[in-house]
Parts: sequence; structure tokens; C-alpha cells
Amino acid sequence: MNKKQNFLLSSITVITIWWLIYRSLAPIAAWFTYTLLGMNHGSHLAAAVEFFVYEAPKVLMLLILVVFVVGIVRSFFTPERTRRILSGKREFTGNVLAALLGIVTPFCSCSAVPLFIGFVTTGVPLGVTISFLVSSPMVNEVALVLLFGLFGWKVAAIYLVTGVVIAIVSGWVIGRLRMEKHVDDWVYLTQTGNAALEEELDWPARIRLGLDAVKDIVGRVWIYVLIGIGIGAGIHGYVPQNFMASIMGKSWWSVPLAVLIGVPMYSNAAGIIPIVQALLGKGAALGTVLAFMMAVIGLSLPEAIILRKVLKPKLLAVFFGVVALGIMLVGYLFNLIM
Amino acid sequence: MKIKILGIGCPKCKKLTQHAEEAVKSLGLDLDAEIEKVTQISDIMKFGVMTTPALVIDGHVKSVGKVLSVEEIKGLLK
Repeated sequence: MNKKQNFLLSSITVITIWWLIYRSLAPIAAWFTYTLLGMNHGSHLAAAVEFFVYEAPKVLMLLILVVFVVGIVRSFFTPERTRRILSGKREFTGNVLAALLGIVTPFCSCSAVPLFIGFVTTGVPLGVTISFLVSSPMVNEVALVLLFGLFGWKVAAIYLVTGVVIAIVSGWVIGRLRMEKHVDDWVYLTQTGNAALEEELDWPARIRLGLDAVKDIVGRVWIYVLIGIGIGAGIHGYVPQNFMASIMGKSWWSVPLAVLIGVPMYSNAAGIIPIVQALLGKGAALGTVLAFMMAVIGLSLPEAIILRKVLKPKLLAVFFGVVALGIMLVGYLFNLIM
Repeated sequence: MKIKILGIGCPKCKKLTQHAEEAVKSLGLDLDAEIEKVTQISDIMKFGVMTTPALVIDGHVKSVGKVLSVEEIKGLLK
């Protein structure tokens, strides 16, 4: 057997084992709660325990799988390659491509400024660059998995699609407004060199990158995930109180309020999930909470401070304004259809 | 040998600097290798680097956007 077949075979084995464990999580949780612990059917505590013992491994397993796959996909999209794809693209097509590439191109927030300069000085239009910068934090794989695991695929899909649409539209609007003169003057004067660094990765290297991503991301967020599911379990089976319904309900002003509260806050996508769970448990509307969540992870003061180095105040304000408006529309949309 | 660490001072950049120092030390290159941190954006851009931290050895960009391990840096220094 050659290396390739060997590799294929072990991949299939791992995926099969993953699937078998995943499928048996529900009966195991029921067995654990009612047989091993001997709890009574119908009690709130038993329902909460069963919920936690089922959801915690389920969401963690999904998280590991998705982060691993995204890590491998990202090994195909370096920022350099993305820039080459986007360079000289027309508006709209460019915005759509940028928003999609923003999801799969790896970069951390501390690279936002060099990326911005690297893009706009080599022929990527300003609006297209903005689409890229918006979609990258907005559409977050950890948030996606958690929404899928806790609220179902419909909520996850709407989150994904609306996140991409916000990125496309914000970038397009800023491009239309012709705001190039509101980029700080030194940016366009910067000499951008050509780093002739193109690594050709083989599959073992890509898999290593996927595993690294799992170690890094899951290692960082698992505790928040467990806390979030713990809160979810605590309120599981209880009638939601209407405590939050009054201020984070479906009133017309609750969505803008949620965004206003969310922008100054800064948290990673996983850290916000326990709060989301608690708010929903207290009777807050899903659209309002989702707007809050997107505002926290998509727009933040640290990000504004970083971007202020390259954007003049007016463009920075338009940037935040347009994205915040998009998030509010998503909030209203969710409140309307859920 | 001139080693440059490009980055605006994020935690990952500090880690890469640390790893580079360790690699230099364990190879016994202390005397003829000098490590310099490049933190000015305009200087970073001259190398065409868009994701930090980046490692530059004798003017050549060796890695971008990731924290290399001590062993990996040793491999590049040899």
C-alpha cells in the first residue's frame, strides 16, 4: 500500500469513528442521566443534566471538526493569494469575492493595518478591501458551530448569509461614496515591497495546520463553550422569565440599543455565547440578541483604534455606521421571521 | 547574520522574538547573529509583508503570519 492510500484509509477511519461517537451521544447522555445517576424522568434537574451531558461533547466535537476543516481550507488561501485575486477587480464582483475570501483567509486582528495597506497600495479598490475586513471577524466559524449546535441549522445559515451580505453591502457603499481621500495620506505613499514567499504545502503539512488550528482555537475557547452550555442547561426546561423581554425584546428600539451596547464591548466569539444563552433564557428576542452578538464580535473599540492609524475619522465613522446599520437590519429580520 | 522580526508588538510577535532568541542561543550564534525588531508599519510594508509576525533573515522573508517554533527557526538559520 502506498502512502496516499494509507493516508486516505486512515482519514476515512477517523471520520467514521467520529461519526459513530457523534451518533451515540444522545443515548449515552440518557443512559448516564437515568440509569447511571438514577435520576427521575420529568424532573428539571434530570433534564438539565441530560442536556449538558449531550450538548457539551456534541458541540465540542462539531467545533473540533469544523475548526480542523476550516484550518485546512485556510492553508489554500494566503493573504498574498487573496490580494492577487482581488487586485483590480471591479466593484460588486470584487465585493462579493472579498466577503467570501474574508471568511477563509487567515489573519489575526493585529494584521489588519498591514493588510489594509498591502491591499489598497497594490490595486485592490478601497470598498473591496473594506468588504474583506468586515467579513473576516463577522463570519466566525466558532460562532457558526455554536449557533448550529444550540439553535439549529436555520439560525446558523441565516447568520452566515447575513454576515456575508453585510460585508458585501458595507464595502460596496463605501466604494460608491468615493471615500479614498479619507484614507490617511501616508497610506498611499507607502512603498509596498514584494515578498517572494510562496510556500507550496503538501497534504501532511496542511493537516498539521488544521491540527494546529484545533489546538489553538479549541484550546482557547472550550471553557466558554462549556460555560455557555452550562447556562443553557441551567435554564433548560424552565419557563423563561420576562426579565430581559422588556429591554431586549422585539420593540423597534431594542435592536439599535443592543448594537449600541455591543460596540464598546469586546470579546471573542466564544466568550459571548454564554451571555447570548443567558439573555435568551431570560426572554430576550433572538434577533436582538444576534444583533448584540454581531456588534460585539464584528465591531469593537480596539479595532477602531487600530484602524484609526489608516482611516481618517470620517471614513472610520462611515465604516462603523454602515456595518452597525447592517447588523441592525439583521436583528430586525430575525425578530420578524422567528 | 541579521535577523529581523517584523510586527507591531502583538503577543504573537513577542513570542516569535523569544523563539528566535532561543534558537540563536542554542546554536551558539550569539556573537554573529543580531536580532532586530521592526515595529514601524512603513518599514514592515517595505518587505511586502501583510501578516505579522514575520521573520526576515539577511534581507529574505522566511515566514509570515505565524509563530515558528524554536526548532523551525534553527532549521532556517543553519
